[in-house]
Amino acid sequence: MGEGMSGDIPILSTKGISKSFGGLQALIDVSFEVYRGEVFGIIGPNGSGKTTLINCITGFIKIDSGTVYFKEKNITGWKAHKIAHEGIARTFQIMRPYYSLPAYKNLIIPLWSPRARKIGGWRGGGKHGDRDTVAVDILEEIGFERDSKVPYKIASTLPTGYQKRLELARCIAVRPEIIFCDEVFSGLSMSEIAGMLPLIEKMKSDGITLIMIEHRLRELFRVADRVMALNFGEKIAEGEPFVVIEDKRVKEAYLGTEEV
Amino acid sequence: MEIIVYGIINSITLSLMALGFTLVYSISRLPNFAHGALYITAGYFTWLFINKFAGFPYPFAIIAALALTSIIGALIYRFILIRVRGMEISEIIASYAIGLAILEGLRWGGLRGMTFTLPTFVTGSFNIMGVSVDYQRIIIVGVGIFIFIVLYLFTHFNRIGLALRGIAQDERAAMMLGIDSDMTAIVSLAIGSGLAGFAGVVLLPLGNIIVEVGYNVLIFAIAVCVVGGLGSWGGTIIASFVIGFAQILTEFFLSSHYQMVVALLAIIIILLIKPSGLFGKQKELEERV
Amino acid sequence: MEMMRRERIDRGIKVRTEGIYAISSIREVLYLLGPRLILIVGMISLPFILELAPYWKRVVNIMCVYSLIALSFDFLANYVGLVCLGGAFFVGIGGYIAAIFNVYLSFPIYVSIPLATICGAIFCTLMLLPCLPLRGVYFAIVTLMYPLFFTRVIEALNILGGTNGITGLSSFPNQYVEEYTIIIVTLLFLFGMRRFVTQDIGLVLRGVKDNDQAVRASGISIAYMKSLAVFIASVMGCFAGAYIAHLYMWSGISLFALDFSIIPIASVVIGGGGTLVGAIIGSVILVPLSEILRAFGTFRIVIYCIILTLVIVFKSEGLMIYLQRKYHQFERWVKV
Repeated sequence: MGEGMSGDIPILSTKGISKSFGGLQALIDVSFEVYRGEVFGIIGPNGSGKTTLINCITGFIKIDSGTVYFKEKNITGWKAHKIAHEGIARTFQIMRPYYSLPAYKNLIIPLWSPRARKIGGWRGGGKHGDRDTVAVDILEEIGFERDSKVPYKIASTLPTGYQKRLELARCIAVRPEIIFCDEVFSGLSMSEIAGMLPLIEKMKSDGITLIMIEHRLRELFRVADRVMALNFGEKIAEGEPFVVIEDKRVKEAYLGTEEV
Repeated sequence: MEIIVYGIINSITLSLMALGFTLVYSISRLPNFAHGALYITAGYFTWLFINKFAGFPYPFAIIAALALTSIIGALIYRFILIRVRGMEISEIIASYAIGLAILEGLRWGGLRGMTFTLPTFVTGSFNIMGVSVDYQRIIIVGVGIFIFIVLYLFTHFNRIGLALRGIAQDERAAMMLGIDSDMTAIVSLAIGSGLAGFAGVVLLPLGNIIVEVGYNVLIFAIAVCVVGGLGSWGGTIIASFVIGFAQILTEFFLSSHYQMVVALLAIIIILLIKPSGLFGKQKELEERV
Repeated sequence: MEMMRRERIDRGIKVRTEGIYAISSIREVLYLLGPRLILIVGMISLPFILELAPYWKRVVNIMCVYSLIALSFDFLANYVGLVCLGGAFFVGIGGYIAAIFNVYLSFPIYVSIPLATICGAIFCTLMLLPCLPLRGVYFAIVTLMYPLFFTRVIEALNILGGTNGITGLSSFPNQYVEEYTIIIVTLLFLFGMRRFVTQDIGLVLRGVKDNDQAVRASGISIAYMKSLAVFIASVMGCFAGAYIAHLYMWSGISLFALDFSIIPIASVVIGGGGTLVGAIIGSVILVPLSEILRAFGTFRIVIYCIILTLVIVFKSEGLMIYLQRKYHQFERWVKV
């Protein structure tokens, strides 16, 4: 499985996660491990349970059975904000910035969070102005030109590309160890994606572990170290990107089977 | 025995009160907080027709009053609610304000005291299994069941009814199929008001037409609908039986003071345990990511 | 055919005063401080102006009470996204607790009011705690039920004086204390809240309103933030309740009455939601109006409701936002 890295302790691992909605079995016994500093992709056709998996791990949905370990700590069933406080951030597939606030004020909220205050070092004495400066710094890092008006625009007026970046910036602001990216590439043009890729590389080099759900396989494979494929809530393959995509069951899942 | 008989009667009474509210909410997602006011209005109109326009036969007065109430409901939507549609809070405040205006207006206009009563349809009473029940209550039960059946048939086999159900399920898809959302909302509000009025006309002969009843009816209707899950038909009926029996039981063993407490407690408990109501179709809140 | 378009442009003085460096002339300082000064000086001098009409002094007190409740409604609804239709709940709890402290435990008035404010707020927050995960219509319905629920419980159990209420609360030492307590507290809360909502913590609360899931994903407990907000709001409501109980020297189930829920909402809607000052302006208009209309009995509720409906339907921005726009911007017609 985690070839070459099996000696390390995984930063995140799940054991047999299952979840059903009513009669629909959304996740069946999903287990995987992610190691520190990796870019781990999760692929699969629509409705294969990718987003549900993220929601389960990050505590937005209760898991029926199975366990989630973060740095060997059992975080199963924790509340979402506690999991985030431990250092697991996530983006949302449906982007919803804090619409009525300017872009940089959007970051005040994660920067205010207990985790960011603890790590950021401006705890307690944090003057009002301080967080604003940090927010603009983060935004610049993520590709909002400081000198332009963009960081000061109301979030709802930003174009899609910037909103996606804002989602990522919101994650970075809490200083996470793992970021779950839920389809950050979807809806972006080729050039916008080209602009995003260096960001991913940068986060990776900063030591952040990335777990990316994607439909845009080609772009994903440029950055991913390993991928896992889901279909109908079941894990069907895991390993090096180009090995997984050649897997018979993955092809069947994407293209349909020809056997009756 | 008494508990069962009166429990059933009380439950059907409650579901009659709640029916109009559920119908409007399930079709057009409008919480019609003017519900209680329309209930009283219908009773008052009937009284007016009988007593002020002498010679109006009772059944005719009822029909005229119901028609008027329906028209009021339609007008409320056409001129007021249509402009705040989709803004939940404005809908609540606006419809509540209208209801309040109607009720307090009636109170100011002289709707006070015990003078306003409607005659029962048939007087007298008879025994069911050792419990004496008057005919009016029998009529309520009969009428209640009849209304359920009619509404069920209407929404399942009639063109307009089907359109209403379509809107209830997916407004956008229904609009694409050429169903006018505003028109159905008007119709639903008219029918809902008519039902509120109908409940008023049937139930009010048991007591006086007083403004306080209007507030109580609104609370009971909301209680039943919230407990059953806003917009769920089956839930409404089951919830009215749950609350109905709970009320009769408390009345039997404690005192009638607790009737309202039971209804309110039911709302609070249900919302805390299962916010979408017993049979609500909305996803549980935590899963709405 | 010539097409005309109306455009709105910021006044020069507004743009100049936006940056701190621009405050160099008395004119600009006045532009900034003027409206605030008018409000503060106006409120403080009201008791003197009304020296000739003592009856209206009472009205001013009631006006401030409603302002406080309206302020708490506006804060909860427009900054946290919790629409609380039960302002009367806070008032009733505050009033009853003040009565318990003052009458049953015979604490003096200057202890019972602050204590009732804090204890009441804690009690209200605890009571509302289970409802905090609810949103939209559901929260509104439950909060609407709370005051009714307490009324019925007090009636049914015949506790705390039952339907007669608790009488014999001590009154304020003199009329000026009575007036200035409420006026100053109202002003303090108004400017305090205005400051609070622009702080980082205020932004977090607005974040809860816009998108609570993202706030959770940032590692902030929404339940905590919401209960904090409810606590702040109920501090205002409970103070109003404790004050009014001492003002009337009586605490009864009418403290849970609909008036305390509906008039503040009407004030906020009329004054302009989300501005906080609007809550005060709305009460300043509505409460004296209701005094004037007292002769009409319940008809004044009809009038409120009609005003409320008309404003919500036709002028939903409210008075304050309209005034702000007129103050900061001018309009002109231009050719297209």
